[in-house]
Amino acid sequence: MSGADAIPLGYAAPGTSTAARDRLRRDLRVIADMIEPSARVLDIGCGDGALLAYLASEKGVDARGVELSQYGVNACVTQGLSVIQGDADSDLDAYPAGAFDVVVLSQTLQATRQPRRVLETLLRIGKRAIVSFPNFGFWRVRAHLLLRGRMPVTPLLAHAWYDTPNIHLCTIRDFVALCDDIGGRIEKSVTLDRHGRPFTLDPRGSLANLLAAQGVFVLTRGG
Amino acid sequence: MSSAVTPRIFNRPDADWPGHRLLVRDPLRLDCGVDFGPFTIAYQTYGRLNADRSNAILICHALTGDQYVADPHPITGHPGWWMTMVGPGLVLDTDRYFLICANVLGGCMGTTGPKELDPATGKPWALSFPVITVRDMVRAQKRVVDHLGIASLFCVIGGSMGGMQVLEWVASYPESVFAAVPIAAASRHSAQNIAFHEVGRQAIMADPDWCEGQYLDVGRRPARGLAVARMAAHITYLSEAALHRKFGRNLQDRNAVTWGFDADFQVESYLRHQGSTFVDRFDANSYLYITRAMDYFDLAAEYGGSVAAAFTGTGTRFCVISFTSDWLFPTSESRELVHALNAVAANVSFVEVATDKGHDAFLLHEPELFATLHGFLNGCAEHRGLARSR
Repeated sequence: MSGADAIPLGYAAPGTSTAARDRLRRDLRVIADMIEPSARVLDIGCGDGALLAYLASEKGVDARGVELSQYGVNACVTQGLSVIQGDADSDLDAYPAGAFDVVVLSQTLQATRQPRRVLETLLRIGKRAIVSFPNFGFWRVRAHLLLRGRMPVTPLLAHAWYDTPNIHLCTIRDFVALCDDIGGRIEKSVTLDRHGRPFTLDPRGSLANLLAAQGVFVLTRGG
Repeated sequence: MSSAVTPRIFNRPDADWPGHRLLVRDPLRLDCGVDFGPFTIAYQTYGRLNADRSNAILICHALTGDQYVADPHPITGHPGWWMTMVGPGLVLDTDRYFLICANVLGGCMGTTGPKELDPATGKPWALSFPVITVRDMVRAQKRVVDHLGIASLFCVIGGSMGGMQVLEWVASYPESVFAAVPIAAASRHSAQNIAFHEVGRQAIMADPDWCEGQYLDVGRRPARGLAVARMAAHITYLSEAALHRKFGRNLQDRNAVTWGFDADFQVESYLRHQGSTFVDRFDANSYLYITRAMDYFDLAAEYGGSVAAAFTGTGTRFCVISFTSDWLFPTSESRELVHALNAVAANVSFVEVATDKGHDAFLLHEPELFATLHGFLNGCAEHRGLARSR
């Protein structure tokens, strides 16, 4: 299957403030560019709301969020964003099917208790799901383990093994296999280097799995 | 036995109290089936209603609260119960919003309740007052809002029983509520909470001065029973951590225990004070009726067994707030409510504020609560097109 077209990057909608876009973390820019104006968006693990605030102000999106940390939730709600305190494992079940045009899970999948179930839920409640995660198959990660014999610590995986929230790490290949398993269709994918710069590689090829520091996937329910 | 406290509530005719009165002539169909009326609603307002009547916020008070949100209580002289929240430049900014708070139906601060005279008998209603519900309170408030010519409230906000009213407002009048803020509330009263209320009611009814509810006829007051009810309830409004922080095992004005049943401990003295000051300002039968209304509150039961069904298609923006140390209305209840709102894809924010102050945290200085509400209301005001005050 070659459903993995590279998305045209930088197709920010006309009138979009480039300064506001530039302030976003690079992987969030990639995600933001994938979201159409005025969509209903749920950002799970929305942190301090940077992506939601950008989408709401620049794209007129109906932006909602879920965030585990109280600090993050407060930061969001105090700037007028609609965010609930909760987590991906236990606070998504109540949403009805197809409640959102887009559900975003950025850099959070690896910290969930049941990634498979979470991914299935995303595909149920969103017409599209955008998922980004650090690639454990990235050559620097492999080299870290191979050469030093220690659990990898990289800018994207910045925690020591004993205090990391990342309990379910996977490679791009693992992720693609899981998508196939649960009947998720990969509509688009982008691979990012370790500086967050996008480049285009087939996510099913071994190069992507080796060279990408992270992957961003757009999924839909398979037909 | 007569009560030790002379209840000041009788010494001053409440017609002198500040604020507004609305005489509702059109009877209200209550949940218990009674057509009730005419009756009076006492309410207070702050700030100014703007030209297009879009800046009104209804504040719903809790069990023992009243309409004196931000001015001195007419009986006790104490500052208003939400002075931390209401005023120029504060979260509920009187320079920006028009604030309304009405004493609930069944209350004792000017709105018709069991201590008022039943026109049919010329005697206080006492226990012949109909049993009321939270929904009845809201229906009565709607009359005030209609009277003020406000078709759509910018926000309905309240803590505890006030939060129950907020939920009932959105469920009953979905088109009339732009934003809703239920704080430290739940979609139903839990078994534990009903149990605590029953203790309070039994304390009142066990007081010989209660006289089967007819105490006003004979010039008596069940002050001790009401004080005990308040003492028991007050414990539930705090938390173990807050009690420990405030009092520990400290003794009251003494160096050693007195081997008796005096208030040796500061916490005892504090509770006794809470009880004795409460009876000055509150009517025992009102306490029975209002606690009952809370006990009967069960939004799911009103909507075919589902809380979500109460909010189907809602366009209201919600901000649900709970407190970590609140064991009366714990976070789990707020979370359940949030899930119900998610089920109808409602626009909802949910914040659990970290505090050791327990249920009463909504009345206290909680910067995180203020920041959350400020942000939420500002966001809503922008969507509503309300001008900034300054």
